Amino acid sequence: MKAARFVLGLAMREGRASAPRLAALAGAVAVGVAALVAINSFTDRLLAEVRQQARALLGADLAASSNASYSPRAETLLEDLRSSGGRPAVETARVQSLAAMAYVPGRGGTRLVQLSAVEPGYPFFGSVETEPASMWTRLGHLGGAIVDASLLVSLQAKVGDTVKLGEARFPILATVVNMPGDVALRATLGPRVFVPADRLEATGLVVAGSRVRYETFFRLPPGVDPQRLADRFRGPLQAERVTLRTVSEDQRRLNETLGRLGRYLGLVALLALLLGGIGVASGVHVFVKRKMETVAVLRCLGADARQVLAVYLVQVMAAGLLGGVLGAAGGAAIQGLLPWLLGDLLPVRVSYAPSPSALAAGVGFGLWVALAFAAIPLFAIRRVAPLRLLRRPVEGGRAPRRDPGTLVLAALVASSIVLVSIFEAGAVRPGLGFSGGIATALVVLWLAALGLARVLRRFPPRLPYLWRQGLANLHRPANQTVTVVLALGFGTFLLATLILVQHNLLRDLRPGAAGERPNLVFFDVQPDQRDALAALLRSHGAPLGDAVPVVPMRIASIKGRAAREILGASRSAEEARGLWAFRREYRSSYRGRTAPSERVVEGRFWNDEGVSGEGPVPVSMERGVARELGVGLGDAIEWDVQGVTVPSRVASLREVEWARFEPNFFAVFPDGPLDAAPQTFVSLTRLEDVGGRARLQRAVVEALPNVSTVDVSEVQRSIEGILDRVASAIRFMALFSLGAGAVVLAGAVAASRLERVREGVLLRTLGATRRQVVRILAAEYAALGLLAVTVALGLAVGAGFALTRFVFDAPFALPWSPLGGLAGAVVALTVGLGLAGSRPVFRRTPIELLRTE
Amino acid sequence: MMRERGDERTGRLEPILRCESLSKTYPSGGREITVLDGITFDLEAGGFLALLGPSGSGKTTLLGLLAGLDQPTAGRVVLDGQELGPLSEDERARLRRDRVGFVFQSFHLIPTLTARENVEVPLELRGESGRERAEALLARVGLGDRGHHYPAQLSGGEQQRVALARAFVHRPRVLFADEPTGNLDAANGAIVIGLMTELNRELGTTLVLVTHDQELAGRSRRVIRLSHGALVSDAAAVPPKTAPVAALS
Repeated sequence: MKAARFVLGLAMREGRASAPRLAALAGAVAVGVAALVAINSFTDRLLAEVRQQARALLGADLAASSNASYSPRAETLLEDLRSSGGRPAVETARVQSLAAMAYVPGRGGTRLVQLSAVEPGYPFFGSVETEPASMWTRLGHLGGAIVDASLLVSLQAKVGDTVKLGEARFPILATVVNMPGDVALRATLGPRVFVPADRLEATGLVVAGSRVRYETFFRLPPGVDPQRLADRFRGPLQAERVTLRTVSEDQRRLNETLGRLGRYLGLVALLALLLGGIGVASGVHVFVKRKMETVAVLRCLGADARQVLAVYLVQVMAAGLLGGVLGAAGGAAIQGLLPWLLGDLLPVRVSYAPSPSALAAGVGFGLWVALAFAAIPLFAIRRVAPLRLLRRPVEGGRAPRRDPGTLVLAALVASSIVLVSIFEAGAVRPGLGFSGGIATALVVLWLAALGLARVLRRFPPRLPYLWRQGLANLHRPANQTVTVVLALGFGTFLLATLILVQHNLLRDLRPGAAGERPNLVFFDVQPDQRDALAALLRSHGAPLGDAVPVVPMRIASIKGRAAREILGASRSAEEARGLWAFRREYRSSYRGRTAPSERVVEGRFWNDEGVSGEGPVPVSMERGVARELGVGLGDAIEWDVQGVTVPSRVASLREVEWARFEPNFFAVFPDGPLDAAPQTFVSLTRLEDVGGRARLQRAVVEALPNVSTVDVSEVQRSIEGILDRVASAIRFMALFSLGAGAVVLAGAVAASRLERVREGVLLRTLGATRRQVVRILAAEYAALGLLAVTVALGLAVGAGFALTRFVFDAPFALPWSPLGGLAGAVVALTVGLGLAGSRPVFRRTPIELLRTE
Repeated sequence: MMRERGDERTGRLEPILRCESLSKTYPSGGREITVLDGITFDLEAGGFLALLGPSGSGKTTLLGLLAGLDQPTAGRVVLDGQELGPLSEDERARLRRDRVGFVFQSFHLIPTLTARENVEVPLELRGESGRERAEALLARVGLGDRGHHYPAQLSGGEQQRVALARAFVHRPRVLFADEPTGNLDAANGAIVIGLMTELNRELGTTLVLVTHDQELAGRSRRVIRLSHGALVSDAAAVPPKTAPVAALS
């Protein structure tokens, strides 16, 4: 008790003098805690919203969906499901969705939209907000269309205008303000248009080969368990390629997806915390060095090593607690920004409410990081001998060897970092991967920083004096060069890698980069429309590319086992989802040679060789889908081509570059066997002129209303938009790492202030002007920033290259301007913070140099 | 108040250093503490003056005012014909850079520069390169082969000799030395003082030495004694009884 009072009392008295230093430690902790609390609290809130809005997200108790019209057997099953709900009767509403071209007669412009024909009642839960209000319930009665506001913008139309879809015209009744369960960003791929179900036929859009999604929504009477019904009907409906979803299954899936999103962002936030930890470690290291005399005095006066250690441990814990509390408060504030950043990617609106458990965990993280990273430098206090007061150790002398206690402590600290990573990642493997990756990156950064600094010292470049002096300062006693390079470098490395990957993924999609590739694609061209389309293209000066045939088909059996049987055996929603490759409708093609966007990785392509009319037809499968289906070379697949069974044998596997907007297929057949099958065509062309493209699209939609036109550059823009939103969310979290780096830098500047002030004052005494001293300091920080940036960019180029080439399989190029901008910003930040922290140099008069004698 | 008293008294040329009625007070705990009180004296070019006094007598404050490191509360200082009062901080820095050298008790070398680079600093600040001169001076102080060493690799006496080379490298008109042997043992102290006086003779540099060491003061030609901030005596030095240790061992 007495000992505790001594420790606490001394910690407080002693801590007063070290307040600025301890505040710097708290600051280093706070940034990372803020990032973690913000993302964890937001994720908690998000999952709570999903829980609360689960029924509204599905819009029903149960939903059945299929990518082809229901078979008679499926219809019977759905009817059984409806009647088995008991009384009062189960309510149903059907929705059919398909892509279609929309335009406003008398106005310019066309737009590919996602058209949904809905029956009254849908959605049963949650409400669709419209502007003007409450038009949704009157949709069927008024017979118009309710559209996304973005459609009005792109067609330069307004509510009250008439939109033409296929052969039918619809008055625009309202715009959608909020639709439960819908990710707002989806609208950028194609605005949504809702029309009453009974008006769909009038559009004439549902023809052979149209890609229509059929959904039936069920509202069950109270007391009926949707899961029980789903379990009972899932197997038989699966066999008919109809998928059932319940509220709880949907919720589970969303929880998984959103939880994963939250955890990944949480890991990025954890980086900021760990960088803050590096700041803590180096701050405490310098702090302990400065406290050696005090420690020796305390030891001389009779305090034992443990008591002295406890005094400083209490101080560090107080700093960690303060950092944790400040960070938690900051994180709660930042949480308010996240809906604005992530909102478009989420299916629910997230209201603002900080999560108490995330806040508490944040404070805990703060304490942990302070303790874990301060432990090893603090441990050195144990070994301070009272003799130190009489005999000072030689400066620059060899450091004593690490004792076993320190090694054990280091192992404990490392395991705690791994455990925290696993906790934040939510699973062991990603947690281990994360901590391993961080360790590797930090070690490489550390070695590179150390190496570069040594090279500069050994081989000083021939520079003007002020620069040389600035560079030499990187080695001054108590310098924090490596710490700062590590902390700033890591943040820069993260951001630069993000920039590199994003740039390289998008570059391949960017129009112009595509060179002579087609930029307009026409889908669903019926065989009798090919000549008309060709004439239209000619009259608009657009070259006519090959028309690629598309034959819709399904898998009837694989290696002798019926798809119906495989699908019918699935019990759970997860299991059913895993069978997408068996269930889907394949839109296959036939051609004599491979396309430029694909290459054969196994087996042989037929390359225009004739195919014998006997036996199974050879088929070339895409490698990924073949893996899903569990088929390899020589395996038999029977296809159901519009009711006709076509036996095939896998002749080759292809790797496809899907990112190139070219007609690519999971299954490709040789010319001949499918020539007579019901088919549509995809045609491609290239028109440079934007206006010309718009005029051609308009002409095509007016003459051939069922043909969908995709302007590749618009899709590219949409994808860029989506990637940009995702990237900006990650970037936002990565910025915290740079922020933590900046705090570490500020702490490092503070830690070496004594030396810097002394040196600045000395130089001024020797006759340096203020300007010269500022230039030396600026050179020092510019060198520090440049060192960090050089190491970070070097690493980022390596990581970016590896990710782009080996993970995303895209060609690699360096985006000079954004990287240059980032480098400039980091150097400017370093110089700015460094000079701001060096103001005391100018507040002191040179006379103080004499006074320090 | 301008009176050419110094000239009348000494009958010599314009003095290199002149201070008139120099006072310095500091606010402390709500009242003013007078550290220096009306100090007046002249020093001829090439002279060797010791400011002698016990701790707290104001000698370091006086040195700071004479060298333009601080501003007096009253009175004026003229250094090499230039009155310091009206000059800005940067102008005084330039004056120091061009005409003043310093030697400190704690050496004050820049730890990140080698010995030679430390010696070069005053020239570098003038935008001049002085490698050869720095090497020659290092050789002159007996450290010709240590130019590439960092301060941490040198002993205290060696560090002070580097500081001495730095103080003379730009041929200053006046050298201010603040207890230059305070941190050195007797042998090293003697070497440093021997070098200082030799260089004073060779280069004609005026020396102003602050010390509380009577014996050291005896090596100068003139001693001004301070006590409680006031000038108590100004007289020719009494040479020490013992012979100086050879300048270089």
